[in-house]
This record gives sequence, structure tokens and C-alpha cells, in this order.
Amino acid sequence: MLLIRCPYCEEERPELEFRNAGEAHIARSADMAATSDDDFEKFFFIRSNPKGIIYERWRHMHGCARFFNAVRDTVSDRFLMTYKAGEPKPAKLPGASE
Amino acid sequence: MIATFRIPGAGRLKQAETARFSFDGQSYAGVEGETLASALLANGVHLVGRSFKYHRPRGFLSAGAEEPNALVEIKRDSARRTPNVRATVQELYDGLTAQSQNRWPSLAFDVSALGDIASPLLSAGFYYKTFMWPKSAWKNFYEPRIRAAAGLGVAPDQPDPDHYSARFAHCDVLVLGGGAAGIAAALAAAETGVRVILADEQADFGGSLRFESGARIDGQDGFAWAQGAVATLKAMDNVRVLSRTTAFGYYAQNFVGLVERVSDHLQNPGRELPRERLWQVRAKRVVLATGAIERHMVFADNDRPGIMLASAARTYLNHHGVAVGRNVGVYTANDSAYAAAIDLKKAGVGVAAIVDLRDNPTGSVIDEARALGIEVNFGRAVIRAGGKLRVSSMTVQPKNGGGERTIPVDAILMSAGWTPSVHLFSQSRGKVAFNDETKRFVPGTYAQDCVSVGACNGTDGLSATIDEAYAAGAKAAKDASVKNAGANTVKGTKPKVDASESWSRGMLGAAPGAGPDTTVKAFVDFQNDVTAKDIRQAVHEGMRSIEHVKRFTTNGMATDQGKTSNMHGLAIAAETLGKPIPQVGLTTFRAPYTPVTFGSIVGHARGPLFDPTRKTAIHPWSAAQGAVFEDVGQWKRAWYFPKAGEDMHAAVDRECVTVRKTAGLFDASTLGKIEVVGPDAAKFMELLYTNPWEKLEPGRCRYGIMLREDGFIYDDGVVGRLASDRFHVTTTTGGAPRVMNHMEDYLQTEFPHLNVWLTSTTEQWAVIAVQGPKSRDIIAPLVEGIDMSDGALPHMSVREGRICGVPTRLFRMSFTGERGFEVNVPADYGQAVWEALWAEGQKHGAGAYGTEAMHVLRAEKGYIIVGQDTDGTVTPGDAGLDWAVGKKKTDFVGIRGMARPDLVAKGRKQLVGLKTKDPKVVLEEGAQIVGDPKQAIPMAMIGHVTSSYWSENCGRSIALALVAGGRDRIGETLYVPMPNGTIEVEVTGMVFFDEKGERLNG
Repeated sequence: MLLIRCPYCEEERPELEFRNAGEAHIARSADMAATSDDDFEKFFFIRSNPKGIIYERWRHMHGCARFFNAVRDTVSDRFLMTYKAGEPKPAKLPGASE
Repeated sequence: MIATFRIPGAGRLKQAETARFSFDGQSYAGVEGETLASALLANGVHLVGRSFKYHRPRGFLSAGAEEPNALVEIKRDSARRTPNVRATVQELYDGLTAQSQNRWPSLAFDVSALGDIASPLLSAGFYYKTFMWPKSAWKNFYEPRIRAAAGLGVAPDQPDPDHYSARFAHCDVLVLGGGAAGIAAALAAAETGVRVILADEQADFGGSLRFESGARIDGQDGFAWAQGAVATLKAMDNVRVLSRTTAFGYYAQNFVGLVERVSDHLQNPGRELPRERLWQVRAKRVVLATGAIERHMVFADNDRPGIMLASAARTYLNHHGVAVGRNVGVYTANDSAYAAAIDLKKAGVGVAAIVDLRDNPTGSVIDEARALGIEVNFGRAVIRAGGKLRVSSMTVQPKNGGGERTIPVDAILMSAGWTPSVHLFSQSRGKVAFNDETKRFVPGTYAQDCVSVGACNGTDGLSATIDEAYAAGAKAAKDASVKNAGANTVKGTKPKVDASESWSRGMLGAAPGAGPDTTVKAFVDFQNDVTAKDIRQAVHEGMRSIEHVKRFTTNGMATDQGKTSNMHGLAIAAETLGKPIPQVGLTTFRAPYTPVTFGSIVGHARGPLFDPTRKTAIHPWSAAQGAVFEDVGQWKRAWYFPKAGEDMHAAVDRECVTVRKTAGLFDASTLGKIEVVGPDAAKFMELLYTNPWEKLEPGRCRYGIMLREDGFIYDDGVVGRLASDRFHVTTTTGGAPRVMNHMEDYLQTEFPHLNVWLTSTTEQWAVIAVQGPKSRDIIAPLVEGIDMSDGALPHMSVREGRICGVPTRLFRMSFTGERGFEVNVPADYGQAVWEALWAEGQKHGAGAYGTEAMHVLRAEKGYIIVGQDTDGTVTPGDAGLDWAVGKKKTDFVGIRGMARPDLVAKGRKQLVGLKTKDPKVVLEEGAQIVGDPKQAIPMAMIGHVTSSYWSENCGRSIALALVAGGRDRIGETLYVPMPNGTIEVEVTGMVFFDEKGERLNG
């Protein structure tokens, strides 16, 4: 069981309190109806599955209930950092393995 | 029977009580607190089991958790039957009943042992090769026979009456293993004041100090020192000491699973004690002090009962006071077996000879053995063991060939050396490294915040072990860097080692007696019956990776996880491949370290506590009326209300007719309810539902459809607008949590600019549906402050007021097609208001109806149920709900997905009605539909039945179905092929009753 730091509660809590919510930084178009088939495919269907660093969304389901973003190394399962929803992708990662 | 193998004055159980026990129906006496293995050995019993594949007679190999052979069934009563208990771990209590396994008709004469003679047919990989032909024989012939013959033990066939508990714990330093190293590390950490947990799998702490008679620490016998040190630890407030507790799994971020065996060793545990307790510990630092496991020698017939590890014989003698034989032989490639021979000799047991594979070893133990008059042979091998149900001799030969000599013995003690227990380290994702000099894998690169100390780290000697462990314990405490830890600091001193034993290294792989070309059975893995020959054969047949060798031979794959066999197997494979050991590599260790019961994992989460049960406020009334309930998610819902003599169909038919004739009351409290509030509430609703909401007047309701971004129906429900900034949203019963999550997701991440609050109110409101021509007459007398006339409260409207004196949100809406209302009241008043409405209803001949009647009534009107008539691939258009999609809207979730080429293509499956040509025939839900019943099999299936019922109101069966191009097929005849014949159906519209909808105001 992983320990995850909720950026809103500012505490490390056990994985049991959280729920994964898929890949992060996939923005919904402001003009959804006009999205091309290709762009819709990328938006809705295509996800990365890296060996290494993944940016993903979590929800502190049984805590503050907020969605937030996390950077996790899929090799070690280690969380490198978490940050609030809406904040940009971090430019620098602490302690990344690659 | 007299315990003839107990040595007076030996062992540590002198004060203990006598315990009577039985094994295979025979009564014996033992000593309470010793292991079942020790008690059987004291009675001269070595034969305790039959092996897995060849059914060979087996005895005890070890005195601990690594035991591969001595697996027995412990029976407390008919339900408490535990198979595959290691007799070397099970503690004796008065009245213990044990049975051997894997034999018929008896342990001494086992018919299946013919498999031993036929063993050339059962060679490595035989599962993959032997039963391939003829193919048809697998299912009917081979598989049933293999299943009957295979497996160890018999699973209990009754529910487990024991209970199991679970605890989460946090600590700064978790020390796993309570031998000299673990105790020293725990002392050092505890003295700094940090929170420490020390766990050991044995009943008594001390590890190898249980048998190492030569160890002296702080002026005491090693074992006595361990007991004193543990007593000191137990007395400290910051330390938790767990005995009989096995760390079985090491997971991410120093999360360790341990099982504490609380009452398996007690005669009458009583209900207040759990059988086992699962500890889930999160530790800042972990100290691994898991010791080492002795390896056996690989030679012909090395599995005969009476042949065991030297350290095991020593444990039985020094700890339990039991001699494993009267005239023992020793076969070793390592010094530690000498110490066993010396201890036994000093206790008065005959030692026939020590056979040492090494050429000219020197050392004090060798000198001492000679001084005691024990015959010592160097450079020789035991090439085979005599005897069948018990070893009777060992045949010795110079290791490079020469004359044989057979020595009569009744036990053989063997030691090929010691394997560091790196299991937990490896589970922590650490990488092991091969030490070429000592020929062992030791912890290399660490992946987590842990440290290995003592024998599991390849550290030799008690003095070096305690130095290393004490320093590591202190460092772990410091690294855990706890605030305020200094407050409880105790002044401690490092334990001082006064005397210790030293063991040299030993050998890996097969000894000369194991081949290479002979057909003998020299066992590498006892539990899975893997021999040296099998491993060589695997390599000869092309296996190159040790992972392939493992799977082909099943070496190391039994419940003992190869604790004694892995290194031998690897060395034989490496030798056959002609490669150095590290290039062949070690297989990965996986949890659990030793088998874990399902009970301990499940804990209290079984029976009624497996999943929460949700009951509505009206549940007690329904139960008192004799309702039959069905599970809907976690909810218990009243399914139907049978009267005396009625079956389900009669009850449902009556309920359906009553609703349409007079009225019915229905508990709709389980409907999901979400309050959407805020200045931007309408904007938010516009984005989350297909329908337009901005122009919906307060006081009016609308049927809403929610899509996923892909354009498929996700949920539906009636939404009431209570005020310009407040919506009362209802969802499906099962969909409530995911709809709430879906809404929160969009509100928090995609539309955070909207000023909206979402609150789940499912549990706050009890909902009583009153449906039928008399519904208004039933409700009206109880309502205050709401004009109930059709003009003031038309279909699809909502008003706030009071009913029976309590606040209500009164919806005029219908899921039956009749004039209908849904009375929302605070849940605490739910049953009282229901009873008041029920009393009114009785005046009009109304009845209660359950979910089955609700389903039939809505199907008569063609109202869909999301999740039954839709399956995540149905668009609003497919469901005939195009009218509910706001055509002028520029955005909502699903707007783009809905426009995808495939979702607007012709020929999609559409919801339609089906009428069977024979009105009495009710279709099966899920039945497939074809256009031409005479086509060749496999037929082209064009749809399936989603809902199907007998409708008493229609006087016939009705069904809904998803059919390709369905709406264009209305009037066509289609076919539903079933096992008992093909059913003809006519495609119809979805409304079967009151097609014009006049009854909504009837």
C-alpha cells in the first residue's frame, strides 16, 4: 500500500483513502463540439503507459475529496511529488530516477 | 507409549505439563509447548507423510518454518480441519489431533507409491509432455485422474468458525527476526526512545541460540541472554514484542504484512481470542534480521525418514530434549554439522561416523569430535541411504570413486551450508549480489529504507553479528529522526559476546552420490519431488533461464517456496549449463514467505460484515409486511410483498394491477439524490446533462440524461428546479456514487470557474412514490401549503410544503405512466409519513408494491432502466431519447462523442419492443435475436432482449430489446433461438400500455 501526500490536506495518507483518476494534463477543449475526429481520439482514447515517470490524477476520496495531480515512477511506484489540480506540469522533478 | 527418545536433563521444557495427543489415531504423550515434530520424535516416530508426486515416505527435514515434508492435518472439530500444517511449527497442546496426508490406505502402505516405481514416466515437465495425446483424453481421462492424485491435504468443507482480527500499526523501527541480531538491533533502537516493533515467527525468541550450545553473551548462555533481553524490551513502553508472528510480505514504502498466530497453540482458545491477527505495519525503517537456513546434502535417497538437517537434530536435542536417533550418521560439507554430532555424543547418543565431503578441513570442532572418539572421514561422500520407511544405513565411498562401505545408522544429520534468508529483502525489491568467495547471495542494492543484519546479510560469527546489528539498530532509530524521541532514552550497552561458534561455508549443488548419469533420486526440492536429475534434464531439454528451469521442474514452487532447494537447484543448473552461478541468476522471491490463511487476510470482512448493508427508513415497515428483499448495490430493496399463498408471480401481478386500478405505494428512497446549488447551477447542469436547463422554470421538473464524453448514456433521472440557483437531481440507485464522482470531477477540474456546490443528499430524503388514479386522493388530505390541483401542480412539477406536519419536497412525476407523486421527506420521518399515507391508501384499496412490479410497470410504458436496457454502448438516439438532447446547445459532456461517425451510422442497435407471437411465452432477458432462424450456425445475431416480463395489465408478455436498425424493423418478425426451440417475435414500439399517455392525468 502506497503513501500519498494530498496537496490540499498537506499530509501523507494511506492509499486506501485515495482513488486513481487516470492520466493528468489532458485538457478538455473549450470548443468541444468543433473538435476534429483526430483530436477527439487523442483526447478521449489515447493514453501513455510509460515505464518510468507518469503524470496522473488522484482523488482524496475518503479525505478532502479533492482531485489533484501526482508524478509517480511506475518502476518503483514511488511518488515524486503531488500538486494541486490546475497547476502546470512541474518543470523539475525531485529525485527522479531518470 | 513411553517417550523413549527424551534425554533426561536435556532441553528447556523441564517444568512443562504432559500433553496427550494423537497422530493417525495412535495416542502419544508429549510435553506442552514443544512442537508436534518434537513430540513425535520423542516417541520415535519419523514417518509422518507421503511426498507430493511419488508418494515417497517422508519424515522431518527441519525444526522450523522451512519444513517441506512434515505437513499434517490438525483437526479440532469437523469444521476446524487445517491441512498442510508444518509439524515443525505446530505447538503441542493437550488433546491435539493430527493426521498424515497424501496416503491411502495408510501411511506405511500407500498404493500410490507405485508412482515411485513408475517414476520414469513422471519426469521433469511431464505435465507438458505426457498428456498431450490424444487431445480428447485430457478432459475425460487425464485431468480427473491427475486432480484426484495431486495436491497435498484436503481442504475443509465447512465454513471456518474461527474469527480473525486485524490491526494497523506504525513504528519508527521494525525489526524482523528475533535471534541474536534482531534482539541486538531492537535493543539499540529502543534505547533511543523511538517506537520499535520486534517480531519473530517462533514461540521463543533466540533464533539459532535455541540450538547453538557454544554461544555465551553477557556472561550467560546465549538462549538465556535472549530471554532476558526480550523481557527488558517487553517492559519498555516504546516497544512492542510479537512472538509467533511471521512477516510474510514486504510491500511498497516499508509496508510490511505480518501474521500473528494467536491461539493455534492453545487447547481451548475461547471465543474471545482470534485465531490469528494480521498486522499491517508502516515503518520508517526496517531492520531485517531473518537469519539463514541450513541446506541439505543432495545424494541418492536423501529423503528417507530419519535424514534431517544437522541444526534440526541439534534443536530437538538442545531445545526440546529429544534425540532423533540412537545411532546417527553425519554427512556434511560444513563445520556446523560437527557441533550437532558433538552435542548428541555428549548427550549419550551414538554417532556412527561423520562423513565430510571436504578434503582436509581443520578447526576446533573437528578436533573436539575426534577427541570424543567420533569417527571422522574426509573426502568421502554418502552415495546412498538404505531403508524405506526409516533410514537404516548410509553407504560411503571416496568422492573420486573407490570401495563402498555401508554403515548402519537410524538417522543421518546433514549440512551443506547455510543460505542467507534474503526473501524479505528481495520482496522489498532489493537486488541480491552473489559473493563468489562465500558462494551465497547476499543483499546488494537496497530499494527501500531497510537494512539487513547478521546471517541474512552474510555476516559470519556471533560477535560480528551483534556488532553489526547493534550499530544498525541505533542508526535506524537515528535515521527515523523522530521528534521528542530523546525523552525516553535509556542508557544501554552493547551485548558482549563471550563465546561463539563459527561455521565455514559448505557447498552448493549435487554431491557425488547424485549422479550425474545415474537414475537415482537425489532430492533437491522435497516438497515438489524435484531431483538433481530433473534439473539436469530441464537444461538438456533447452531451458536456459533459471526461471524456465523452475517452471519446467517446479523446483522451488511448492508452499515452502524453495527455502532449502533454490540454491542447490541453481547450482546444478549452472553446472549443467557450464556457466557461473550469477550469470544464471536467482529466481525472484515473492510473498508470502510462508503460507498465510485466507482467514487472516479476510479478517472480519465476511458474512454480514463483508460489505455494508444499506437499508431505507421504511425498511422495518416492509420487513414487518413480509416483503421479500433484493440486493441493489449495497441496498436492500423490497422486491415484492407476497400475501398468504402467493408466489412471486401472483404477488407481482396483483401489485401491478392494483397500481393501475387504484394506487400503489413504493419505497423509492434508494434513488440517488444530489443537490446542485449556486449562482452557476444551471450552467453546470447544462454542461453535465444533454437537456437544456437554463429556461426550466423553478417549480418544474425535467427528465435528464447524463452522457460520458464518448457520447454513451451514463445515467438518467428526474431533476427538479427548486429555485433559480437550486436543483434537486435524482440518479439511478446504483449510479449515485459514480454520478457524484463524475460531477465533482468536472466541477473541480474542467469547470472550476463555475460557482456551484454539490451535496449528496441520498440518505437525507426518504422517498415515497404514490402512483395510480387514486394517488392524489391519498396524498391531498395530509398535505399543507401545496395546491394539489392539476392546474397548480401539473405533471413534472415540484413544490415545497408540509406533509403530516413535516417538510416535504413533493414531486408530481410518474415512473408507471399513472398519475403519480414522489413524496420526499427527511429520512427520520420516512416511516411515519409512509404509515400515514398507507392508512389513507387503505381507504381507497391501495397496496404496496416492490421493485419487481416497478420494473414491470415502467416496461409497460417503455421507460428504460440505465444499466439494464443500456450497457455503456447506447446513445440517446439508440434509446429513442433524441428529444432529450438540447439541439441548440453548444457544449455538454458527450456532445462531441455523440457525433462520432460510428455513433451516427445507420444500422446501430436501437431499443424497440418485442411481442412474442404466443402471448403466453415470456422471453429470457439476455436472449439473442436473429433475422433468419434457418441460417447456418454460427448465426448472425442482430440484437438481444434487455427487459422481459409477464404483464398482467396487458394480458400478455412484453419485452424490450436492442436490435440492429430496430426502429426500421417495427412490424417485422424476428426469431429468438432457445435450447427448447425458436421463439417467434414481432418488433413493436416500446409502449405497451396507454400509448397516448392519458393516464398521467387520469
